Amino acid sequence: MKIKKNIAISDSGFIFNPSTGDSFSVNPIGLEIIKQLKEEKSGDEIKKHILKTYAIDEATVEKDFYDFLKMLEQNKLSAENEKVN
Amino acid sequence: MAKLQYERPLIQKLNTGTMNKFGTRTEYRPFTEIDGAKVQDLIKDYGSPLFVISEKTIRDKYNDANRAFKTRYPKVQFAWSYKTNYISAVCNVYHQLGSWAEVVSGFEYNKALKSGVPGNKIIFNGPDKTVEELKLAIENNSLIHIDHLDELYTIIELTNEINKRPKVAIRVNMDTGIYPMWDRFGFNYENGQAWDAINKIVLTDKMDLVGLHCHIGTFMLAPSAYGMGASKLSELALAIRKKYGKTIQYIDMGGGFASKNTLKGSFLSGADTTPPIDDYAEAITTAILNAGFLEEELPTLYLETGRALIDEAGYLLGTVISNKRLSDGRKATIMDFGVNILFTAFWYDHKITPAQEFSHYTENSVMYGPLCMNIDVVRENVTLPPMKKGDHVVVHTVGAYNMTQWMQFISLRPAVVMVDLQGKAHLIRKRETLSNIDASEEMPVYLKEFKL
Repeated sequence: MKIKKNIAISDSGFIFNPSTGDSFSVNPIGLEIIKQLKEEKSGDEIKKHILKTYAIDEATVEKDFYDFLKMLEQNKLSAENEKVN
Repeated sequence: MAKLQYERPLIQKLNTGTMNKFGTRTEYRPFTEIDGAKVQDLIKDYGSPLFVISEKTIRDKYNDANRAFKTRYPKVQFAWSYKTNYISAVCNVYHQLGSWAEVVSGFEYNKALKSGVPGNKIIFNGPDKTVEELKLAIENNSLIHIDHLDELYTIIELTNEINKRPKVAIRVNMDTGIYPMWDRFGFNYENGQAWDAINKIVLTDKMDLVGLHCHIGTFMLAPSAYGMGASKLSELALAIRKKYGKTIQYIDMGGGFASKNTLKGSFLSGADTTPPIDDYAEAITTAILNAGFLEEELPTLYLETGRALIDEAGYLLGTVISNKRLSDGRKATIMDFGVNILFTAFWYDHKITPAQEFSHYTENSVMYGPLCMNIDVVRENVTLPPMKKGDHVVVHTVGAYNMTQWMQFISLRPAVVMVDLQGKAHLIRKRETLSNIDASEEMPVYLKEFKL
């Protein structure tokens, strides 16, 4: 999944979507995921990074990561015509 | 390098200008111990879910209520309301503090007797007292609070076979300015039923009318209603004194004082809306003291306070089973405790605190119990930090009614522990097992075997 290119991301976890005017706040791990999605990293790469950085099991990361992608999609932050990978 | 603590990734849409119907964040620190006993250890030792009773809180609340009344009125006697929480260890803390027993069934009556409460220190309320139970109460000199005329006539009949004068009071219902008015218990004050019952009791001369009782409602947020109730009972007592020359020994104001829980639909939290016990004490004692009793004939004030004394002493510890996303995008958290053991979730928005460290990020979610039933909702909306499977939470202010109204439904009832004044946990009710359920069942012989 890719994130929309025009999305503004601040270091404090503030997200702004200029096409809709919506703004969001994300927690640090959410911010990390969004930044990596913007860098066009693959889902597997991002999950590996989380597993390496945080004390958590693979199943939880898998579940939470895809739930987060769904929320990005629901909030219209994913790039159009892109499918969740 | 040590790995960082994980928190579920979270995104929240920011809305300006509109109110958040889920309310603002309420939890700032994890709740990790109860009177020195660690939540994690309690769950490890006794399983999850688990009810925990703080003995210290029981004693503190009782002493506070006792002080509030005894500094305002010379003769006060508390009677522990068994139906609020009749786990024997809990009852015994109250009995150690000087409380008598207030029971509303034969089962509760026998429980109090078995615990060692003297018969003459048991107040027997309730609409359902069997002939055998009434006989026992008369023999034991218990205080029988008559609920209806059929009970009164049964007692009159029993006095013909028992060579004892029963000690009775009547339960009086009345308009105290609150809605709904409780008029299903006892005899009505305004329409004269109460006075008729008093006349019958006195004129039959078979029993001693020693008290007057009322229980005007439950979770009463208006202390003034108690003032009104106490005034009306005092008027009745003085009228009895005037007409029959008999002195009423006690006025029993029942229970119904509110705890610090937050009622569903309430805008402010219970901590902000619940009157302090002193307000109830002031309203009641002022009304009796101003009623016109002679100093030597002041009736003893009985109080059957339950919820206000025990609710805050009870905690429910639980564990997250799963998180899921609902069709409309809301987050749902499934806990290992549901409305089967947390009956009061139907009445209150219980305060719930995570039992482990969390960040300042929060999310709105629905909190469900584990039952395969749509009604099993612990909180319809709650703002909490993101929690993961296996995380623990503490539900506050659950000491009243949950450990008596809980149901063995779908899952078995959990253990109850009491944390003593030194922070040591004592098991006071074992976790139920299948054999507890099996013990009460009988299988007809022809149904014993089957082939599939």
